Amino acid sequence: MTATLERPTAPVKKSRPVTPARIALHVFLVLTCLMTLTPLLWAVYASLRTYDDTSVNGYFSIAKALTFENFAKAWEIGDLPHFYWNTFLITVPALIITLVLSSMVAFAVSRFSFKFNIALLMLFTAGNLLPQQVIVTPLWRLYRLIELPAWMSESESLIDSPLGVILIHIAFQMGFCTFVLSNYMKTIPYELTEAARVDGASVFRQYWQLTLPLCRPVLAALATLEFTWIYNDFLWALVLIQDGDKMPVTSALQNLRGTFFTDNNLIAAGSLLVALPTLVVFFVLQRQFVGGLTLGSTKG
Amino acid sequence: MTAVQEKPKAAAPSGPPPRRRGKRATALAGTDKLVLALMLGIPTFVHLLFVWIPTLGSVALSFSRWNGIGGFEDIEWIGVGNYVEIFTEYPRFWPAVQHNLIWLAFLLVVPTAAGLLLAVLLDRELKFSRVYQSALYMPMVLSLALVGFIWQLIYTPDGGLLNSVLGLDEPVDWIGDSDINLYAVLVAAAWRHTGYIMLLYLAGLKSVDPALKEAASLDGASASQTFFRVTFPVMKPVNIVVAVVTVIEALRAFDIVYVINKGRNGLELLSVLVTDNIIGEASRIGRGSAVAVILLTISLGVIIPYLYQVFSKENRT
Repeated sequence: MTATLERPTAPVKKSRPVTPARIALHVFLVLTCLMTLTPLLWAVYASLRTYDDTSVNGYFSIAKALTFENFAKAWEIGDLPHFYWNTFLITVPALIITLVLSSMVAFAVSRFSFKFNIALLMLFTAGNLLPQQVIVTPLWRLYRLIELPAWMSESESLIDSPLGVILIHIAFQMGFCTFVLSNYMKTIPYELTEAARVDGASVFRQYWQLTLPLCRPVLAALATLEFTWIYNDFLWALVLIQDGDKMPVTSALQNLRGTFFTDNNLIAAGSLLVALPTLVVFFVLQRQFVGGLTLGSTKG
Repeated sequence: MTAVQEKPKAAAPSGPPPRRRGKRATALAGTDKLVLALMLGIPTFVHLLFVWIPTLGSVALSFSRWNGIGGFEDIEWIGVGNYVEIFTEYPRFWPAVQHNLIWLAFLLVVPTAAGLLLAVLLDRELKFSRVYQSALYMPMVLSLALVGFIWQLIYTPDGGLLNSVLGLDEPVDWIGDSDINLYAVLVAAAWRHTGYIMLLYLAGLKSVDPALKEAASLDGASASQTFFRVTFPVMKPVNIVVAVVTVIEALRAFDIVYVINKGRNGLELLSVLVTDNIIGEASRIGRGSAVAVILLTISLGVIIPYLYQVFSKENRT
């Protein structure tokens, strides 16, 4: 498991002879990558052009001038800072609590043997695989039932409150994280916690001071993945938040289009701004991102 | 993949005697018991309350007629009436089923084949391999909602990239024409899905024991024979994960059609029929729940075999 997280450190081989097959392979891969990047590059190109330019010359033309105007406009008209903040308020607590809770379950089921261990893990794993639509209707109604004091939620219930979105992210994402973390913890030598217990360490110390620090690589991978997934959420916020002002940025993009339906350049700029945080995370933490996804699938 | 995972087990024969998992040497102290109970209890409670109770709620509500706004006393229990109506009268149901099936078939064929091919090509000593991988993974980090927005710039009839490149006299309305828009959207969804499949297969290929391939080629197998007769069958666990991920992805599909046209005019999906009852104009909780139960049944059809495959190994250790 650790092996998949580490950058493959293959020894540097002597350069191979250049064969035609090798060249063909590179040409094919370069073309595939370019095709993959085209939609994004096209959005970048469109976002850098003015409305006047593209409405006269069409999008498939050489730009008269390139400008960042659309980004400034989308930032302002779309009120993006406000929506980024909404997303931040949802993503960060959801991410942290998900990791804490699922690492607790993973620790308990991987270090101690209960009769229901496997059943519990199956429950979490299955819950994570359900299509969201299976639970969304009763959840929406349940949220209207649960009343909260005004200091916790302006709407005085879980509906229309960031807290409600945070809770469903935690409940839903816990399945994946528990699965990955428990697989990882099983590879930590059992003797380690055994020795700590003999020395009189409490269960909580075995978890917090011994097991969690050893899980740092997998926690980093999961944090990267979960950040992307929670940031990218569209459905939960769309259903559980009714006040457009409280939407996270991914769902708010929908409002953005209503405002300037005709100006595709502006939409391109807005889309790219919304994509930016995940793209940055991807470039900076690609190893964690890929490692996390690989871990999630490697069991059996 | 298995090889990477089961390191501790492989070491067992030569190493120390098998671990005494589960046999407690000392009894747990009172506080430790309480701490453990809380560590398991709180997360399980949250998970049950917000995931599984609503799932059962969907099953119960599917036998009712209710607008969802009023109190529970307004619920009218009508047995299987919703299911009968869905199967016989509800005009959007069968198109949605058909679209979900096309979605599933398309994702099972196109991104899987492309992802496997790219993984095989990249699974070797290759210059710039990292650069290629980064480019191919990139769409994966975008939300499907954003994918919808970005691809509309390609499909739009007024100056979109695709129509301009094709240079047709009459621009095609890729998104508006209900005969083709499903496939246009599927290309965009596949664009995002391929990187994921490639990642899974790349990890799978790396875990295949090189000795197996070597043995096959010593026995005179050609490269393609080695792949199809040895490597691919050995990757069965990865194939199962790919299948599960793809089926679930096809059932969950929602964001992309919702941002494009709210799931109408050729883009109806089962997920849209459910959500319409709480955010759309229809407010028939019973009927929506019945569609959700149909989704649940299909997804359990892949979830249960998957759990069996994953956890049956667990029992043996």
